[in-house]
Amino acid sequence: MNDVWILAEYHKGMIKEVSYELLAWGRSLADSLGSSLCAVLLSPKIETEKVNSLFEYGADVVYHCTDSSFEFLNCATFSCALESLVRERSPHILLGAATTTGRSVLPYLAVKVSSGLTADCTSLTIEKETNLLLQTRPAIGGNIMATIKTPEHRPQMATVRPKSKKPLKREIGRKGRLESIPFDPLWKDERMKVLEEYIHEGNESSIEEAKRVVSGGKGLKKKENFELISRIASCLGAAVGASREAVDRGWIGYSHQVGLSGKTISPKLYMAVGISGAVQHLAGIKTAEYIVSINNDPTSPIIQISDLAIVGDLFTVCGEIEKEFERRKVFS
Amino acid sequence: MVIVVPIKQVPETSNVQMDSVTGVMIRSGSKAILNPLDLYAIESALRYKEACDARVIAVTMGPQSAMKVLKEAIAMGCDDAVHISDRAFAGADTWSTSYTLAKAIAGMGKVDLIITGERATDGDTGQVGPEIASWLNLPLVTYVSQLIEMRSDSMMVKRMTEEGYQKLEVTLPALITVLKEVATVRLSTLKGKMRAMDMIIPTRTVKDLDVEPSYLGLKGSPTKVVKIEQARVKRDALIIEAMEADKVPDAVISLFDFLEDKQLLEKGESR
Ligand SMILES: Cc1cc2nc3c(=O)[nH]c(=O)nc-3n(C[C@H](O)[C@H](O)[C@H](O)COP(=O)(O)OP(=O)(O)OC[C@H]3O[C@@H](n4cnc5c(N)ncnc54)[C@H](O)[C@@H]3O)c2cc1C
Ligand SMILES: Nc1ncnc2c1ncn2[C@@H]1O[C@H](COP(=O)(O)O)[C@@H](O)[C@H]1O
Repeated sequence: MNDVWILAEYHKGMIKEVSYELLAWGRSLADSLGSSLCAVLLSPKIETEKVNSLFEYGADVVYHCTDSSFEFLNCATFSCALESLVRERSPHILLGAATTTGRSVLPYLAVKVSSGLTADCTSLTIEKETNLLLQTRPAIGGNIMATIKTPEHRPQMATVRPKSKKPLKREIGRKGRLESIPFDPLWKDERMKVLEEYIHEGNESSIEEAKRVVSGGKGLKKKENFELISRIASCLGAAVGASREAVDRGWIGYSHQVGLSGKTISPKLYMAVGISGAVQHLAGIKTAEYIVSINNDPTSPIIQISDLAIVGDLFTVCGEIEKEFERRKVFS
Repeated sequence: MVIVVPIKQVPETSNVQMDSVTGVMIRSGSKAILNPLDLYAIESALRYKEACDARVIAVTMGPQSAMKVLKEAIAMGCDDAVHISDRAFAGADTWSTSYTLAKAIAGMGKVDLIITGERATDGDTGQVGPEIASWLNLPLVTYVSQLIEMRSDSMMVKRMTEEGYQKLEVTLPALITVLKEVATVRLSTLKGKMRAMDMIIPTRTVKDLDVEPSYLGLKGSPTKVVKIEQARVKRDALIIEAMEADKVPDAVISLFDFLEDKQLLEKGESR
């Protein structure tokens, strides 16, 4: 069997958007192989229409295993369920998201099924002669792109970053085969228990999942000025990022730090304001689709890596950007 | 109790050479340091030690030069260190690295807790920690941002997720991977440095570990690097001069034109 599988993600009664992105990645691979695209969903009971959305976004088959223990991630439990499915059905390829879930479960599973796993792929294609998965990923701070194969072990496993591909256009009413997988109580791992979950306020989206990220650096000069970044971000519908200098000064929390010792992100738009573009910072944004920067020093490295760079005072430029958004609001 | 902290030596800058034939990193030349994110794993272990009276063992798999990061761990306050090194381990991917480390840890007797960094700044996979947990069948908690309660048989921690965070409890033995937020790292003390200097750290080779030879190194790795390319670094920077205030409005219009042209202004699907 040459089936391509994706691991769908669930949170609070919803199927996470990244699942549909994974289906888009998987669809093109399944089409090159002439095989089926299957989504694995491990979740508590969930509305049928939500499960069906997986078909509408490209899945041919959905393996759905329901149990209340899938409410929160428990790597051992999830991995047991996946291992059993994988052993029974031997998929050719298994893709997951490079999220806190995918990055935890898939390595755990890779050991159990004795196969390799390639993290954070930016390109996945099928090698014509061999039908093998070619997995391309940035390495060494994004300085090189490595192409990796898993020639002998199955499934060939890889993770891809959220927002690195658009979901396919939803085909309302598209159908597929739904297979319910019975939950085996032996899978349940009791050693770890989630006691409480705190969910961020609505607009504080994580920088890894955001399509657009506006980041501020030391050029903002002080904490109060950092507000400017949040305002521009909210105009653009973007998440807020920061350089390490900004984080170390306590202007914003570590979860917003972009770079080598922060997060590596691949948004469609990355806007760097008052950030010099040190190698360690650039390491986190090399795979962004478009980079825009605002900096008053024309020799800053960030300028060289930008698609569009404004050389000017960030306070004046950002003030003008806000005004322009205001004007557009009035006219639209 | 016994806490093991696997730490890794990584190249200092992003300026690293790769062997284009084997796809393996050439380590000579660039300066090597302790993976900055592993400092937080060491710090977490030391805090645990202060709370529960533990023995902390740092372990690394790497060439002879990796001994240096173990000395750093000792200087910070770790009690012991183990160096795993053999030509047979060279070129291992995460699967094979985690296998070797798991075997070494299994050989240490009763271990209560393993703490790894979130990821190494060179490989950048974050897989080795979870994979060690899997080899040893341990419960795994990733992305730990706070140690809320440390007991000798269980712990309560905060774990970051995309949506927010979770408060959870895990029984020991377990493996956790920690984020930078977990603690502020201490400096090494003079006493620690002296101890590190005098300490003789054992090196374990294939002979000392109960390992399956076909799982080791480049040969034993399921994943194979088939091609290495330079990443696209430069972009066709359109540079707009706007140092004088009167040039700013036009610059901003150009910015909006750019954003519109690339369809970056569309609202709605903002996340
Ligand atoms: C092991 C290690 C890991 C690291 N990890 C990270 C990481 O993950 N992320 C990270 O970001 N850094 C990281 N760093 C730090 C990195 O080397 C830089 O120090 C940091 O990125 C600089 O932040 P910055 O660009 O905000 O500050 P600076 O380099 O000081 O740059 C500020 C910029 O603002 C501009 N500016 C000032 N005033 C104005 C104005 N009025 N208008 C317009 N522009 C203005 C200046 O021209 C300058 O380019 C790491 C370093 C090490 C050693
Ligand atoms: N060779 C190694 N020796 C010891 N620990 C390692 C090694 N490689 C990775 N680790 C540990 O695993 C974590 C994740 O590394 P990685 O999967 O390479 O990103 C690191 O932060 C270390 O704690």
